Amino acid sequence: MPIIKIENLKKDYENEGVITNVLQGVDFSMEPGEFVAIMGPSGSGKSTLMHILSFLDKLSSGLYEFEGQDTKDFDKNYLAKLRNERVGFVFQSFNLLARTTVLDNVKLPLIYSNKKDHDSLAKKALADVGLSHRLDFFTNQISGGEKQRVAIARALVCDPAIIFADEPTGNLDSKSGNAVLEILQKLNDRGHTIILVTHEMDTANHAKRIIYIKDGMIVGDEKVSKRTMAKSDGILKK
Amino acid sequence: MTIRSLLSRKGRSFLTMLGIVIGVAGVIIIISLGAGAQSLVLGQVNKLGSNLLSVQPGKSDPQGPPAQVYGVVVTSLVESDAEALRSSSQVPHAIGVNALVRGIGTVIWQNKSTDTNFIGTDFGYAKVVNFTMSSGEFINETANKGGAKVAVLGSKVAEALFSGTGVDPIGQVIKIRNNTQGDVGGVPLRVVGVIEKRGSAFFQDQDDQIFIPLSIAQGQLLGVHYLQMISIKVDASENVKQTINNITTVLKQKHHILTDDDIDFTIRDVAAAADILKTITGALSLFLTSMAAIALVVGGVGILNIMLATVAERTREIGLRKAVGATNGMIMRQFLLEAGTLTFIGGALGIIVGIILSYLMAILMNYLDFDWDFVISPASILVAVGVSILTGVIFGLYPSFKASRLNPIDALRYE
Repeated sequence: MPIIKIENLKKDYENEGVITNVLQGVDFSMEPGEFVAIMGPSGSGKSTLMHILSFLDKLSSGLYEFEGQDTKDFDKNYLAKLRNERVGFVFQSFNLLARTTVLDNVKLPLIYSNKKDHDSLAKKALADVGLSHRLDFFTNQISGGEKQRVAIARALVCDPAIIFADEPTGNLDSKSGNAVLEILQKLNDRGHTIILVTHEMDTANHAKRIIYIKDGMIVGDEKVSKRTMAKSDGILKK
Repeated sequence: MTIRSLLSRKGRSFLTMLGIVIGVAGVIIIISLGAGAQSLVLGQVNKLGSNLLSVQPGKSDPQGPPAQVYGVVVTSLVESDAEALRSSSQVPHAIGVNALVRGIGTVIWQNKSTDTNFIGTDFGYAKVVNFTMSSGEFINETANKGGAKVAVLGSKVAEALFSGTGVDPIGQVIKIRNNTQGDVGGVPLRVVGVIEKRGSAFFQDQDDQIFIPLSIAQGQLLGVHYLQMISIKVDASENVKQTINNITTVLKQKHHILTDDDIDFTIRDVAAAADILKTITGALSLFLTSMAAIALVVGGVGILNIMLATVAERTREIGLRKAVGATNGMIMRQFLLEAGTLTFIGGALGIIVGIILSYLMAILMNYLDFDWDFVISPASILVAVGVSILTGVIFGLYPSFKASRLNPIDALRYE
């Protein structure tokens, strides 16, 4: 059973009477354990598609089935529960809480879940991204690459079915970016399903499959023949 | 989480709280001052004695000031009126009647002198007013009727003349003269008693006084034949009304008055006067309490303002929290809790500040020689805390609601 299945998915925005068709009938499906990169130029609708798939936004029409269930009838509280338990996010701009420690940032999703032993779950997630030595640091005391790794730990902490990463390397230098991609590849190796949104071919090549999107439509969908495997040059072992 | 969030904005949280602190402290101080003032008024009345009526010459509104206040000298009340009121058949519930004139004079003993108020009165004074003698006795009926040249000193006068001399005032001869009589002469009087310190009653110092027989005050000091006041003590409060009627009947008869329009005296009920004072202080403290309550509401608007600014500033954070699973209810609860915590801590600090300031005010009032009680009613604390939490909740509600309604993706994109 596909984890995600969408058919003829459309999304329109209305702004002061002007309707913009951002997504104009998108179809694709995805199996558990896949690592898919959604690629396209700015304004192509790739981020909008990701937001709909991750329950941050609603579709205008079409079908979206998540783990075999039609999402049309999900109410707000159920969507919040799905975002908490089944989905993890990594944003381009990290979105960490200011004036808060690394550990507390990772614990944030746990506050809204019914999981117990928040401390050890958060510490385990931070160990997975190689940040066990930064637990009590405040987020303004760590580097950009480390911030993104904290964000990945936060996305991981509730053990989601799928991780969405929106331009996760966009604000990072190549070394830190490689470390982030290496972590995502390792997570995928351990069975996590990953959707990566990017406009860079180099980044997209780290995935196993690339969906090309342009002007709100899918224009290509292919397996990656020469997959790049990221090497963090020792950053993660620090 | 709430506390941590508030602590991360210490300055702002403190200033927001300040409005509530001032409001709550204001309510507590004002309620405490009101209660203190009322107990002061009651204390002043109780010192004079309860169930007390006073008859004053001239017709005036019993609720307004007496005729003398306007500089009118009314001579219609005389000693025989007091005698008539002592008749137990005509005024059965009067247990004490005293006639009274007063003036300002200088009291001299050897080479010491002091200016004081003299009260010309009779033996009835002891039956009407509550006081105790520290030594000797008050002017008795024989001394009164025989026109004996005796005097009873208030504690301050005794102190001014005799303190440090080692001389027992009882038996000493002092001289008293009316200040309008100039520097010569004076009436020699033998001290027969000293009254114990009693503080002030109806805002008059009861210790800076000297008591002398009525006839001496009238004849030798003031040169008048009339009275300034007759006081009557009634046996029980339920008989006050009837006694007022009895007094009216007796005096109308004695003054040959046929219609109520011609009445030339005014009967005042001291308790009623106290009630008026109580009503005034009550109204005043209600007014001030409402001002303080307005201050509290202003504090609440401050919270509203800050919370709205906080919601705007934390839009991305709200978006993030929603993205990782917070429901609308959870976001609303978080912001309400923050507003509630601010007002609760503010309220608690306000109570402490209010109690300390009320206590300091009470000390100051006592230092100024008022019998001021430090009163903090639990009700005032409940009101202050209740209102402050309510303001927090009410004024926190709208920003919290606004925060909870944010669409996660719009909130995350917010710049």
